[in-house]
Amino acid sequence: MPNMSLKKNPMPSQEPDVRNKNFGEVALGYTKEQAIDEATRCLNCKNRPCVGGCPVKIYIPDFIAKVAAGEFEEAYQIISKSSSLPAVCGRVCPQETQCEGKCVRGIKGEPVAIGRLERFVADYHNQNVSAKPPRPAPNGHKVAVIGSGPSGLTCAGDLAKKGYAVTVFEALHLAGGVLVYGIPEFRLPKAIVQKEIDTLRDLGVEIKTNMVVGKTVSIDELMEEEGFEAVFIGSGAGLPKFMNIPGENLKGVYSANEFLTRINLMKAYIDGSDTPIQHAKKVAVVGGGNVAMDAARCAKRLGADVYIVYRRSMNELPARKEEVEHAEEEGIIFKTLCNPIEIYGDESGAVSGMKCIEMELGEPDASGRRRPVEKPGSEFTLDLDCVIMALGTSPNPLIKSTTEGLETEKWGGIIADEDGLTTRENVYAGGDAVTGAATVILAMGAGKTAAEAIDKKLNGTN
Amino acid sequence: MYRIVKKEKLNDTVIKMVVEAKEVAKKAEPGQFIILIPDEGGERIPLTVADYDRDGGLVTIIFQVVGTTTEKLAHKNEGDYIHDFVGPLGRATHTDGLKKVAVVGGGVGCAIAYPVAKKLHDKGCEVHSIVGFRSKDLVILEDEFRAASSKYVLMSDDGSCGEKGLVTDALKKLLDEGEKYDEVITIGPLIMMKFVCRLTKEYGVKTIASMNPIMIDGTGMCGGCRLTVGGKMKFACVDGPEFDGHEIDFDEAMARGAMYKPFERKSHEETCNLFKNA
Repeated sequence: MPNMSLKKNPMPSQEPDVRNKNFGEVALGYTKEQAIDEATRCLNCKNRPCVGGCPVKIYIPDFIAKVAAGEFEEAYQIISKSSSLPAVCGRVCPQETQCEGKCVRGIKGEPVAIGRLERFVADYHNQNVSAKPPRPAPNGHKVAVIGSGPSGLTCAGDLAKKGYAVTVFEALHLAGGVLVYGIPEFRLPKAIVQKEIDTLRDLGVEIKTNMVVGKTVSIDELMEEEGFEAVFIGSGAGLPKFMNIPGENLKGVYSANEFLTRINLMKAYIDGSDTPIQHAKKVAVVGGGNVAMDAARCAKRLGADVYIVYRRSMNELPARKEEVEHAEEEGIIFKTLCNPIEIYGDESGAVSGMKCIEMELGEPDASGRRRPVEKPGSEFTLDLDCVIMALGTSPNPLIKSTTEGLETEKWGGIIADEDGLTTRENVYAGGDAVTGAATVILAMGAGKTAAEAIDKKLNGTN
Repeated sequence: MYRIVKKEKLNDTVIKMVVEAKEVAKKAEPGQFIILIPDEGGERIPLTVADYDRDGGLVTIIFQVVGTTTEKLAHKNEGDYIHDFVGPLGRATHTDGLKKVAVVGGGVGCAIAYPVAKKLHDKGCEVHSIVGFRSKDLVILEDEFRAASSKYVLMSDDGSCGEKGLVTDALKKLLDEGEKYDEVITIGPLIMMKFVCRLTKEYGVKTIASMNPIMIDGTGMCGGCRLTVGGKMKFACVDGPEFDGHEIDFDEAMARGAMYKPFERKSHEETCNLFKNA
């Protein structure tokens, strides 16, 4: 008899007033008992709409049935057939619009906490199972993967499991891409990312850091001189976008990428770090996505009063629901229906405030969301010493400009078909480099699709 | 890990290092830069490529000890390793078609100006080098510059070597004497480059300035290195580091460059104390 509670088992978490002063993980994870209890809420229904909502098609009811039976390692084996980064996805996927958004239990009450169960299973495996996966027999083919973020790691992992010799080229000094430079420790501990990367190394994947493809080496050289038969480009987000308003180059204006990179990759929040970061008193983060929430919550932890400035209303915030809730609990002030017009500076060129204007929602625009329009005469000024622009990015120009025949969209995204194949033979791409800023799981889905296509192409099973 | 094969002190605070970095050496060109981290967990800093040896797989860097990271780097010796060393980044200096160029360098910026002068000279371009230092003890690369230039003008703030005065005084004199340059290339402190550019604008001589702003990744991701050039936002790491000097907003660049000065001073003092006590 399934557990018919209308509510999910709540996630044990650090108290808001405690966690907004440290960088330790916010959510602490289910106990075995909580996990089993939650798993029994799954009806194991015939249509399995949750699987259709998952970009990498995890056999969700199957793994949940194993959790309900207390067979956690078996549950892990089911997840890892489809996902190479379960401990990551259980933490950062927007489940409410994917698997959980489709769950029939969600029609009346809350859906099954699929994300929390995935996390539990992955953490259980990482803590209790040390057996390394067997290294697959080499199939004699060589593939290069550019970028070690979610799409690259997924593509590399899937190919390595099939016996490909995979080399991952990473521009930074650490592997993990956005998982290490972007997503903060309190949401995704870096030890977990490292564990997932170690698993790939155990599978035989070679990761070369400090290699900027397009500068240190080109795609043509990889294919012609180094014998890589196929290349997957998962180079991720690129140049940060700004608003083109006066004052954006004042001291104290950061892109979210820079602010988060200093904190997450360079550990600037730790006393004694050689990399500096401004410990501001009053910060405005402009934008409403996950990156904006991450930046705001980091600034809070560094001791600031923090505003989120977003031009639409709370209902349109593109961030995961849980991130918005966590931010609110931690004392982030949401200034929605509000748009910056100008950033003011003092005589030393440092930020002193930001002039904003109130907005209201008008007619729906091309995206289907109601277009924000300015309310005339509603200008006001926020006193600030730091502004963080979290407005998304445009794709990195380095690879395109050094790879002849690789075509891009007008806005810079690499053109790729449904298999991830670009306009260059045997060159595939996926993730933010193709779609523009999106989610970890969509990037993983793209890496997975490309790995299948590369396998068909090189192994001739097409 | 990248091995230091040679270390040489050029003056009291300026050090030259030759580093084993095969991949970087294969591609490096004058005007480009690298990013390094001395030890695991350290800071990423950009340094311009001073020279390279493709066959030997070696890259030369020249740096001044100004903060924590350069202090830590300075304490490394031949045979030691630099933890991370990535590049070459940025665009190479444009040298094609130039027949006569004035290279204007200031202080440690001369370390970056020299490979540009050398490449121009090697390509048959006539080079006038105007270099400035605070005093005699700080002069670097004099022989190298002389070998690459048909005219070498040394300026010092205190008159202890060369002529007393600023590089702009020397450049103005040459321009007034009727020297016609296809281009002026200037590398040095922002304030010096600002005044070089102001001067050459009056004379209508195209001028390229090499910028060295705050930077983290160096690959077009963080946006920390942004500058205003011709009223537009540019990123030094992918659009530069060299820009049309007449279009650069130097005042803004100077303000941005000072963003972490108090932190750097404090951090540097602490690091120096660590080395003293060691």
